[in-house]
Amino acid sequence: MMQSKTVQIWVGIFIALGFAALFMLAMKVSNLSSFTDDDGYEITASFENIGGLKVRSPIKMAGVIVGRVAKINFDNINYEAVVTMSINTRYNKMPADTSASIFTSGLLGEQYIGLEAGGDENYLKQDDELQLTQSAMILENLIGQFVFDKASEEKQ
Amino acid sequence: MPLESNSNLIEIRGLKFSRGKREIFSGVDINIQRGKITAIMGPSGSGKTTLLRLIGGQLRPSSGTVIVDDANVHQLGHQQLYQLRKRMGMLFQSGALLTDLNVFDNVAFPLREHTRLPELLLRTLVLMKLESVGLRGARHLMPNELSGGMSRRVALARAIALDPMMVMYDEPFTGQDPISKGVLVKLIQTMNSALNHTSIIVSHDVDETASIADYIYVLSEGKIVEHGTPDALGKSQSQWVQQFMQGLPDGPVPFHFPAKQYIDDLMSGTEA
Amino acid sequence: MTGWLQQLGENGLNAFERTGRGHIFLFHVLRGIPEILLRPQLIIQQIYSVGVLSLIIILVSGLFVGMVLGLQGYTTLVDFGAEQSLGVMVALSLVRELGPVVAALLFAGRAGSALTAEIGLMKSTEQLSGMEMMAVDPIRRIITPRYIAGIISLPLLTAMFSAVGVIGGYLVGSGLLGVDEGAFWSQMQAKVDLQEDILNGVIKSIVFGAVVTWIAVFEGYDTTPTSEGVSMATTRTVVHSALAILGLDFILTALMFTDV
Repeated sequence: MMQSKTVQIWVGIFIALGFAALFMLAMKVSNLSSFTDDDGYEITASFENIGGLKVRSPIKMAGVIVGRVAKINFDNINYEAVVTMSINTRYNKMPADTSASIFTSGLLGEQYIGLEAGGDENYLKQDDELQLTQSAMILENLIGQFVFDKASEEKQ
Repeated sequence: MPLESNSNLIEIRGLKFSRGKREIFSGVDINIQRGKITAIMGPSGSGKTTLLRLIGGQLRPSSGTVIVDDANVHQLGHQQLYQLRKRMGMLFQSGALLTDLNVFDNVAFPLREHTRLPELLLRTLVLMKLESVGLRGARHLMPNELSGGMSRRVALARAIALDPMMVMYDEPFTGQDPISKGVLVKLIQTMNSALNHTSIIVSHDVDETASIADYIYVLSEGKIVEHGTPDALGKSQSQWVQQFMQGLPDGPVPFHFPAKQYIDDLMSGTEA
Repeated sequence: MTGWLQQLGENGLNAFERTGRGHIFLFHVLRGIPEILLRPQLIIQQIYSVGVLSLIIILVSGLFVGMVLGLQGYTTLVDFGAEQSLGVMVALSLVRELGPVVAALLFAGRAGSALTAEIGLMKSTEQLSGMEMMAVDPIRRIITPRYIAGIISLPLLTAMFSAVGVIGGYLVGSGLLGVDEGAFWSQMQAKVDLQEDILNGVIKSIVFGAVVTWIAVFEGYDTTPTSEGVSMATTRTVVHSALAILGLDFILTALMFTDV
């Protein structure tokens, strides 16, 4: 009987340690504590080119993550990418004429959507569409353009 | 030998069994009477243990039937077979004690698995069973601390824990010193009469077995070569039975494994 | 030539037959689960011998693997001036790959081989047979609790391995090599995703736990009941488990971490 009690205690410690480790991985290592995206309102924006943007890419305003990309669709009529963004309800006072651009963190880092506030007195709400957008900078295009400019400079 | 069928606990008819290409039984008929001690004897490798496993439903014959207490063992479903096994006790040659449990827990094992007895009653029952094999004092020992004879006695206490209608003994005397043999002989006999169950002994120890058996079957090369009471077998006409019962080195079972002529073999040079 | 072909065919058929028996066996094991859940004491006993007794090797190995990752990662990342990302690198390698895989390999070596040997010895000493004759189904009584214990234990061990590994990486990176502590944790938190990385790692470890324990108990139950048979079965458990873990890891990674 005594022996089975020690066994039980050890198994108890084992399971507690296991769940403590899982908890640590969830809270300390991953982004669970910094963001939960379930409660948010969704707005959309159309871009000519979204580059490497993915679902769950961050949406930042003044460098702070305010939401995540929820969906990416293709508009078959205008040939544009339609990005649905889920914005945390805490940030519910965004002007209706906010503009969205796709940036890259660092030279080769991941891509994210940067929002810039406008001056409208009305706030964005569920299913609104952002009118002002700027597409992703495609590195190859930039280099191509640079080389082309150089070449035309040399001709002159 | 005419016997009323209802007095037979076990009836084996036309039993055939092969392992791989080797035929172990080629048509065996055995009757085992209720309340008696029946011995099945035969040389090593004649499939005596296999016969017990066939009766217990652990192996399946290629043809023939095994009827235990009016139930055809090999046509029972899983559930019914397990119900039947609760009424069978088996003493394995090695004892087959659970090595991570002590003597008490080993004997308590079948009771704990099959009944929901309160711990106090369970303790009484287990001590009674251990007392009957004389090992009540050894209840705290682990199986690896027991001698061969003691572990067989513990295994016997465990086999009778559920008060079965029959107990099968697989080579109970093999490898035991004379005192242990004597103890086991006495135990098998007293248990059989006191608990009023049927005993089946599989053995090749002629003297011990013949001293307690009511009826003996002799197996050889897949067949029953002789059967009868111990006295009748002693007077058997068969040379083979005589050789077996008296342990003669030569006879119908030759001393030499079949080989070519001795002198030819010696002269045939380097062939291995 | 025909002899060689015949050998190949025979081996192939044997392999198929064994696989088939393994699946039937697994089915019997799973069928015993409802009955065993009513007797949690049996499972607790097995979690002790499968999980608790593997604790030390898992924790120590996790710590060292994390520390090595910290050292190696630092020397590579510092060339790109990206040593701030050390935390991300350590955490992602551990949570996605090294944690589940290395923990499962250690588990197969420590607990899997012990399970095979234990069950194999029980078989060769007729304990399983004896149980059957006592009308106790050895698969349900012996195998099922061990199987459940394996599936429960490995994910918990894996979580501990990864957590200790991250701490090891932090100790080396931040304590020894001077990576900024804040950057280490915050970059990690920004890049490691709960669902994408942690949850998938846990799913991997559950799959590995189920497969390794399955192999271990089957090899033990299917062993030739001799001492040589048991030792061969133990070796097979470790080898087959290692192959299964690495192969399955590739398949699971392909399913989980590639955007299609």
